[in-house]
Amino acid sequence: MAQEPLFEPWNDPSEKPLIQFKNVTKRFGDFIAIDDLTQDIYEKEFFALLGPSGCGKTTMMRMLGGFETPTSGTISIAGQDMNNVPPNKRAVNMMFQSYALFPHLSIYENIAFGLRRTDMAKDAIDARVNEMLKLTRLEKFAQRKPHQISGGQRQRVALARSLAKAPKLLLLDEPLGALDKKLRQDTQFELMDIQEKTGTTFVIVTHDQEEAMTVASRVAVMDEGRIIQVATPDAIYEAPNSTYVADFIGDVNLIKGTAELRVSSKPAEQTTPETLEAPADPFVDDTPRPQPNKLGEWLHDKVLSPIIGERDEPIKRLPPPSAAELTATPEVTSDIPEGGIALNWSDQHPAIIVSNGDEAQDGKALTFAIRPEKLNIAKDKPDAANALQGTVIDIAYLGNVSTYHVELKGGQMIKAQMANARRLAKRDITWEDTVWVSFTDTAGVLLER
Amino acid sequence: MRRFALIAVPYLWLLALFLVPFLIVMKISLSDIALAIPPYTPKLDLTGGWDAVTSFFKALDFENFEFLTSDDLYWKAYLSSFKIALISTVLALLIGYPIAYSMARAAPEWRPTLLMLVILPFWTSFLIRVYAWMGILSNEGLLNQFLLWTGLISEPLTILNTNTAVYIGIVYTYLPFMILPIYSTLEKMDDSLLEAAEDLGCSRTSAFWLITVPLSKTGIIAGCFLVFIPTLGEFVIPSLLGGSQTLMIGKVLWEEFFNNRDWPVASAVAIILLLILIIPIILFQRNEQKQREMEG
Amino acid sequence: MKRFTWFNVTALTLGFAFLYLPMVILVIYSFNESKLVTVWAGFSTKWYGELLQNEAFLNAAWVTIKVAVFSSTLATVLGTMAAYVLVRANRFKGRTLFSGMIYAPLVMPEVITGLSLLLLFIGIGLDRGVLTIVLAHTTFAMCYVSVVVSSRLVSFDRSLEEAALDLGCSPWQAFRLVTLPIIAPAVISGWLLAFTLSLDDLVIASFTAGPSATTLPIKIFSAVRLGVSPEINALSTIMIAIVTVGVISASLISKQASLKQQRDEQAAARG
Repeated sequence: MAQEPLFEPWNDPSEKPLIQFKNVTKRFGDFIAIDDLTQDIYEKEFFALLGPSGCGKTTMMRMLGGFETPTSGTISIAGQDMNNVPPNKRAVNMMFQSYALFPHLSIYENIAFGLRRTDMAKDAIDARVNEMLKLTRLEKFAQRKPHQISGGQRQRVALARSLAKAPKLLLLDEPLGALDKKLRQDTQFELMDIQEKTGTTFVIVTHDQEEAMTVASRVAVMDEGRIIQVATPDAIYEAPNSTYVADFIGDVNLIKGTAELRVSSKPAEQTTPETLEAPADPFVDDTPRPQPNKLGEWLHDKVLSPIIGERDEPIKRLPPPSAAELTATPEVTSDIPEGGIALNWSDQHPAIIVSNGDEAQDGKALTFAIRPEKLNIAKDKPDAANALQGTVIDIAYLGNVSTYHVELKGGQMIKAQMANARRLAKRDITWEDTVWVSFTDTAGVLLER
Repeated sequence: MRRFALIAVPYLWLLALFLVPFLIVMKISLSDIALAIPPYTPKLDLTGGWDAVTSFFKALDFENFEFLTSDDLYWKAYLSSFKIALISTVLALLIGYPIAYSMARAAPEWRPTLLMLVILPFWTSFLIRVYAWMGILSNEGLLNQFLLWTGLISEPLTILNTNTAVYIGIVYTYLPFMILPIYSTLEKMDDSLLEAAEDLGCSRTSAFWLITVPLSKTGIIAGCFLVFIPTLGEFVIPSLLGGSQTLMIGKVLWEEFFNNRDWPVASAVAIILLLILIIPIILFQRNEQKQREMEG
Repeated sequence: MKRFTWFNVTALTLGFAFLYLPMVILVIYSFNESKLVTVWAGFSTKWYGELLQNEAFLNAAWVTIKVAVFSSTLATVLGTMAAYVLVRANRFKGRTLFSGMIYAPLVMPEVITGLSLLLLFIGIGLDRGVLTIVLAHTTFAMCYVSVVVSSRLVSFDRSLEEAALDLGCSPWQAFRLVTLPIIAPAVISGWLLAFTLSLDDLVIASFTAGPSATTLPIKIFSAVRLGVSPEINALSTIMIAIVTVGVISASLISKQASLKQQRDEQAAARG
């Protein structure tokens, strides 16, 4: 989500946060829903609380709405301590998961409900309600009752009703959970649009990571009453701070090992990752190479094999790597910048080289995390910083991409995702193939927890 | 504060008009009859200070309960109430189950109407429904006229003012309480269960006994308690349809209180009746809870 | 329905005949000319006329209606409060006793309820009359009301109330503007139930009524003890007619409302 100019109040020390959680703990009997949580949220942010059910995200939101009070700690909004302020005295409105539309009131009256609780003049209320109806494109339905409109329309009524009082802060509790997938995607953009138009601070609770990534300016990943990481969606995805976050957001391969400091003989800045990444795509060089063999292959398949029987397996498979080939691996890595961390994880494979690893991690037990789409898969050994050999166990065709499940020697499973740029028929990697999985030295991250 | 008032108002009301009266009954059951107004002794006189309170408690005893065991009228009345309640419950089950079953088998568009027909008598006066049988069951009543006309009998049967009339009256007035819970469990039952049972080799009859009846067990139990519990303390039916030989504890209590003006004994009768009722009430509650848990 | 057999038809026919024949006979004989209730002597409405002349019955009916209106209204207020407490207030001292006191009167034999209330009224020196009957009826009817209302409140979406608070309502406003209109059908049926129970009650009224106030059931009971009378038949017919008309029209109205709702929802689903 690109915003211009760059919207990053959390990096600006002069900016004052709108919402401050200070050492907030919430217990329900013995159960700790929120565990000593401290967090700032800034004005005009679209802040997402993401986590599995029971992680405390809903409790956090209900405390902002005033429906729960913290057991200890303080929550302040715009500098004011909110602990003893009841929900009806807060400039905060909430959009409920069930929408909570009043079934006995018309759409118009539902939207006007909050305004009628203030001392606003009648015609001012009318103007405001009409404005909200227009914003959410519900003008035609003003006189209907909630049960007379569709689910998507109900969702918009709930939004209009909670925005009608122009709150400083809008809380959205799984706002799109009840909608089907297509409608949900459209509504996500609509929400972002409305948030930008009204300039309201939005705090959204969701368990749908895709939704959080799409709409939010910052995402807080929660687990067991704690915030594990708060960052922009791209930072959360590219640089998760823990295996929990890496695993919760999207798909990830995790490899456990021990870090070893790589001896740095040359200064690290001498190399740039770009020059290394270029030859990493084997398909670019691959394409012309099989061509001279096409005729032979055709002859073999169509003419010879009906006569002499089954197609000869070893022809399709690469010969098993010789001992020389395996010992030769370190020679390939001689091209790679020195420095960073090498992760020893298996005695059957070379160490994984992570040049963006922190030198302070030396000797620690770490987990290497890499996204499936950052992996390349090829039959011939590529010239890459890291190349691991394995066997294709399964291929999941997902239309735009295919996911290859590769079992490395020693049993480690790796998922690699490749864009289906070419037609399926031409795919030259198939089940049982021995392949090389490769990735650059900056493609993954090393995680301590 | 508002929450406090919300709880306090109904709470105090029930304390004052349910719990306190009940404690008074307990206290009087331990007192002695006296020719006074009110007709019992001792009376608590708080102006007398601590001595008055201690002497008040000293004067309380279980004499009335001993009296209840010595006079066989009472234990016979309890036993006979229990017997009448039990037989009526079984009769109501035998009549109510086929009705509930047939209602549940009826076409869905008919069910609300049938249900309303079962509930309708519940809204009409209990007294009138009992009274309606008086004209039917009397010696020159319609039932006897009908039976004489068909030639089944040559002399009118004496039904009114017998236990038979009491059974008829109880089954008639409490039948909806039996039908409704059974119907609601049967209605929820999935028809494909019966088809599955038949598919696996059950006959229709054995499918009924092996599938339908066990699945409607909670409804049957609920219905039985809903008939049994109020019948045990019934007063109107035995006094209108029953005869002088019909002994039911509700009637005994009434007579003890209004005719003999023996309040302490009437209170003791009430306390014993409640003690007897506690067991079926607890069983009923447990059945209800089980059903709620099953429904999740 | 494939399993609807002759057995089902017979069971239903006999069952409903058993339930309704006695009342039908009662209604028919209320139009009997003869004083002897078991002998048909031609159609007449004279017993209705005599009934309307009978001051004692009319007075008793008036007392009964007064008692029923007051006690059912009071019982509805108290019962709704009690239901709210039962469903919403999870933890407070004496909650077990409270729910016990709500459920106990439902299973308590009427003779015991009546006896205990009478002893209380005598104990505090309250003269028996309309007031004592109202107090007694309110007490047991509020328990029925709270059961009816709490069964509705349990399924009530609590976020509706929270939404009202969120939009600036005080708790009382939230109850009045949102909760009450939505649970209104349950509250109304609770009131009707309380009203009917009060109209119908003989035993508790007998204990708590004084010479100054006699209710209709007490009057009917003492008349009926002496035997069947055509006037009582006429009175019963009127009461049956009122109930029948009331129940049937209520069920028709609610059926129509639910049909309309269904149609609306289908229309909304189509877009």
